Amino acid sequence: MSFFKPHAPKAAQKQVDPAHQPWVEKYRPKTIDDVSAQEHTVAVLQKTLTSSNLPHMLFYGPPGTGKTSTILALSRQLFGPDNFRSRVLELNASDERGISIVREKIKNFARQTPRAQAVASDGKTYPCPPYKIIILDEADSMTQDAQAALRRIMELYARITRFCLVCNYVTRIIEPLASRCSKFRFKPLDPTSTSMRLEQIASAENVPVTPETIQALISTSHGDLRRAITYLQSASRLAMSTTPPSTITPRDVQEIAGVVPDAVVVGFASALGIEQVGGDGMDIDMDDSGKTKAKGFDGVRQKVKEIIREGYSASQIISQLHDHVVLHPTMTARQKSRCALAFAEADKALCDGADEELWILEVGLRVHKAMASES
Amino acid sequence: MSLWVDKHRPRSLDDLHYHHGLSARLKALAASGDFPHMLFYGPSGAGKKTRIAGTLLELFGKGVEKLKIDQRVFLTPTKRKLDVNIVQSNYHIEITPSEVGNYDRVVIQEILKEIAQTQQVDLSAKQRFKVVVIHEADSLTRDAQAALRRTMEKYMSNMRLILCANSTSKLIAPIRSRCLLMRVAAPSAEEMQTVLDHVAKREGFSIPEDTVKLIAEDANGNLRKALLVLEALKMQNPDLEASALNIAKPDWETYCHKVADMIIQEQSPARVMEVRAKLYELLSHCIPPSIVIKTIADKVVEQVDEALKADIMHWAAIYEARMRVGNKKIFHLEAWVVKVMSLYKHFFYSFDMEADFDDF
Repeated sequence: MSFFKPHAPKAAQKQVDPAHQPWVEKYRPKTIDDVSAQEHTVAVLQKTLTSSNLPHMLFYGPPGTGKTSTILALSRQLFGPDNFRSRVLELNASDERGISIVREKIKNFARQTPRAQAVASDGKTYPCPPYKIIILDEADSMTQDAQAALRRIMELYARITRFCLVCNYVTRIIEPLASRCSKFRFKPLDPTSTSMRLEQIASAENVPVTPETIQALISTSHGDLRRAITYLQSASRLAMSTTPPSTITPRDVQEIAGVVPDAVVVGFASALGIEQVGGDGMDIDMDDSGKTKAKGFDGVRQKVKEIIREGYSASQIISQLHDHVVLHPTMTARQKSRCALAFAEADKALCDGADEELWILEVGLRVHKAMASES
Repeated sequence: MSLWVDKHRPRSLDDLHYHHGLSARLKALAASGDFPHMLFYGPSGAGKKTRIAGTLLELFGKGVEKLKIDQRVFLTPTKRKLDVNIVQSNYHIEITPSEVGNYDRVVIQEILKEIAQTQQVDLSAKQRFKVVVIHEADSLTRDAQAALRRTMEKYMSNMRLILCANSTSKLIAPIRSRCLLMRVAAPSAEEMQTVLDHVAKREGFSIPEDTVKLIAEDANGNLRKALLVLEALKMQNPDLEASALNIAKPDWETYCHKVADMIIQEQSPARVMEVRAKLYELLSHCIPPSIVIKTIADKVVEQVDEALKADIMHWAAIYEARMRVGNKKIFHLEAWVVKVMSLYKHFFYSFDMEADFDDF
């Protein structure tokens, strides 16, 4: 049956019980007007709906800002559900996209002349312009050769086929391709539109959320709406599955997001000699850190061992320690800059796959040294 | 007869001895019918795989314990043949794609597509989806991880992924954001002691309190290691008196300690040659170079002056990172050894090493 075909996800989803569907798919915008917070792009695309003229497009921006949603919604509005399958080819990084695929599959699809407009079955009228759309999702993971092979194809069949490249990093798209497209930048979502969307979904799913929870979702997701929605769904699953159902707390959200608890970061920081400001509950910790500070190297080492045993991820620790240091009120600018150097090097090393324990220790020691040097 | 580690491995989530909150969550998730993709992470020996097995049992019932091992052949686009071992039951499939190195993307694409496009035939099955367990997910290449991204969303109806990794640092953000993260921390010393006592009771003997403490300390949060050590000790010395015990270190570890001592004793070109021979010996026995450098550094640091410790660790970290990027491991190990020797020597002649540290 046709719903096993890889490029027919929508057909397969009809079978799924909507309660078990990921909310990210369930609440994907149906029309481009529903797309959150990308006013400029939406305004431009809105015109194409009326004029039925579409350039080649290149969507770029950080993950979870609605790039794939926008193009899917646009093509659905253009062609309607009946023609969608025959007019749109969606390829992403999970499909083989070497040069041979570009030469055969894409070229064959691009070459076909679209059929004459059929009457939509659901009674609505769709513009159904006389071209097809090829969506190349995650285009930055295509090889240079494959991209190069696309160049001429794009021009040759421009009359009957439009390409839409979707990627995170526009710099990975070769220049000749980028110059053939009109570029749309998707900016990270601002907190207000994220919270609006989250509240909307929460009320549609009957999940009680407090403003603090929304705040926690926004701060952990860094403008990535998909992440925020996934976290919300996971958190609500956990909250619903206990008996009796509890409400979602900000702490739940942090745990799901893999964020290290503040207490651990603060504890680590004080072991490194960064003194804690404010907070009455920290008195006991302060006494503790006084002891470890005296031990110098061994104190830091001990703390690092504990953190590794708890299984926290090194990059997460470093990024949170970074936030802690940068916002610290009493450290001198020089100290902060030294810390920043250490963080930057550690991040690079971790990206190259270096050992986590050694590098947390390294960061710890350098911060410790920076703190001791001129305070 | 199997090892105690396997023999007394908890089969279900209820049998687990620690992280009860986590077990309760997993149970609730398995029962809710709305099971997400999951990512288990934590240090080795903390019980990730045991928890995964328990979760699968909770999801599908006894059927998952009927395992069969398969060898499959995959063909890369360049017509190279890859052999991959696959463990599967009727309801789930376990793969370790990192076995095939750079070609892991092919394996991931083929297997996931195959699973995703077939539906559960068994009508009596508890769940409509199959589970794919990917071990060592943190050593997947970028390409393979990118291949997972959209597949995870598209085929959600037929398939769930359970990833198992030591750390989330090496997983790309899009994968992390699609999974429910489950952190499995290493058990604390007390928790390990209860587990050891429990195993001893099941085997029909009791362990003196000091011995339990000793083993728990030595294992450093690695429960698998603790149980293996316990079994080995029991073999050597049936009454397990703490005073008579001597937990045998693996010989590579003693070997590393010997190297550390050599570095401290003498700093000369001749000594470097000797150390180099020893390092080669270690590498030729397939001890991972990053473990070698870590163990030696740990040992060296114990024996030197406070002022030197930070520097030695700093260079260990630097050379370890370079080793990953570079090609020839021995160069970086040697460079580090020479660096440590020179630091040590300088330290005795003058105390001025500050500039060196900051320059970098």
